[in-house]
Amino acid sequence: MALSITTACIACWACEPLCVNGAILVAHERFKIDPYACTECEGFDDPPQCVEICPVEGAIITADGRWMSPPGSLAGLDWEVAHVGNHACTN
Amino acid sequence: MIQHAACEKSIQEHPCYSEEASHRYARLHLPVAPACNIQCRYCHRKFDCANESRPGVVSALLTPEQAALRVDAAVQQLPQLKVIGFAGPGDPLANRERVFATCRTLLSSHAGLQLCLSTNGLVLPESVDAIIAHGIRHVTITVNALDPAIGARIYSWIFWRRRRRYGVEAARILIEQQLAGMAALIARGVLVKINTVLIPDFNDEEVARINQLVSRAGVFSHNVMPLISAPEHGTCFGRMGVMGPSEARLNEVRGQCAGSARLMTHCRQCRADAVGLLGEDDASLRREHSRVIPILQGARPAGEAPILLAVASSDGRLVDLHFGHARSFQVYRVHESRVEFVEERSVAQFCLGDDTCVEERSAIAGHLEALRDCRAVICSRIGYTPWEALLARGVEPVNRHASRPVVEAVWQTALRLRDPATRDRERQVLAG
Repeated sequence: MALSITTACIACWACEPLCVNGAILVAHERFKIDPYACTECEGFDDPPQCVEICPVEGAIITADGRWMSPPGSLAGLDWEVAHVGNHACTN
Repeated sequence: MIQHAACEKSIQEHPCYSEEASHRYARLHLPVAPACNIQCRYCHRKFDCANESRPGVVSALLTPEQAALRVDAAVQQLPQLKVIGFAGPGDPLANRERVFATCRTLLSSHAGLQLCLSTNGLVLPESVDAIIAHGIRHVTITVNALDPAIGARIYSWIFWRRRRRYGVEAARILIEQQLAGMAALIARGVLVKINTVLIPDFNDEEVARINQLVSRAGVFSHNVMPLISAPEHGTCFGRMGVMGPSEARLNEVRGQCAGSARLMTHCRQCRADAVGLLGEDDASLRREHSRVIPILQGARPAGEAPILLAVASSDGRLVDLHFGHARSFQVYRVHESRVEFVEERSVAQFCLGDDTCVEERSAIAGHLEALRDCRAVICSRIGYTPWEALLARGVEPVNRHASRPVVEAVWQTALRLRDPATRDRERQVLAG
């Protein structure tokens, strides 16, 4: 069980200090998750910390390829649908 | 205002607090803080943000050690430098260790410089002791709303107590933290400035209320800035077509601010890596510093002894010489997080052109001798014979950085050579 980071990563460093397992690897231009170290924060009360702070939708996926933060999930879409019609906001 | 009188000297020398000072004193923003703990709808984390003074996260980042070196260089070039600011690219208080480590270095090496930081305020109350302990006497808090319902339209989410929070709940927590942090700083004698981004149809009505409240709280200065927004910024507001105010509207809203806090109107909304006088961000100086100090991510201290690397370059800037064409090599010593130029070593050029290149072992003996203590030699191209001869001597020929800046090539090569454990681990991850 391990999460991984996709090419959507913008290397903003937000996740790195939060990881309880030290599994975030700092690579040039984008980060990686060490699959041998990541436990998806199992055993903690809180959801995976990298997922909770990552500002990019679709940047973190599960082992079977599911998005942790699917498109639209971080934008507060209800408000935007109500106020600006069809304009999608993905950040 | 009594406490303000006591800080009058520091105000007079701070370009952001005094318009008079802005013409005479320079400031340097150190981009040591990449992470952020909230999402504003006028900011896209990847790109340069016009409102929160930050360059894109990928484009510029300094380690505390590199930041100290940038200050060393800036002090030489800008005698009028008075202020060192921490403004991003993320939120300085979401990167406390990096920011405070930089402060500790500067307090010992450049005690005469003023330190200041700007923050969204989310973790400000719990940071007040550390801010004061690290000699920071000027803090700017960005407050865009007092009403959580309005805040919810400006902020997408916050990261709070190990979870992401959205909407009105998020805005309520953020605003409470901002105001609590502001009060705590003022009680401790820190000079506080409030920034407010004027977002037409979002917080027009809030600005005067904010001005009134923060003036009563004892804030020194209130800076009402226009939203800067365009679709190409990639921000939520940009793509939704939320645009900045007209000059007239900005002045109108500023005119409604009648509180005692000094209204700052000379703000130039500078970048988090700005350098020079206010509004005169010296881009060439910024580039100059980038050459001196590599701005690279992934630069983790490896804790190893310094290594020597040689470079074949005609001007010291770009890796542009064929190994055999070089009449000299520049030798750099790479420390944990910085690059030091050691010396230029002359050699007899053994290759006069592609046709006459002899590439004989005897001809390159001088080169091998000159480079014997180097771990690698970086050049644009190299022939097969010298390649083998160098490897046999334990000097790695590197030609993958042709036409790249010298310092960048040196740094990248050192990173690769220095930390085989990380390299193997990453390779394993990539393969798996």
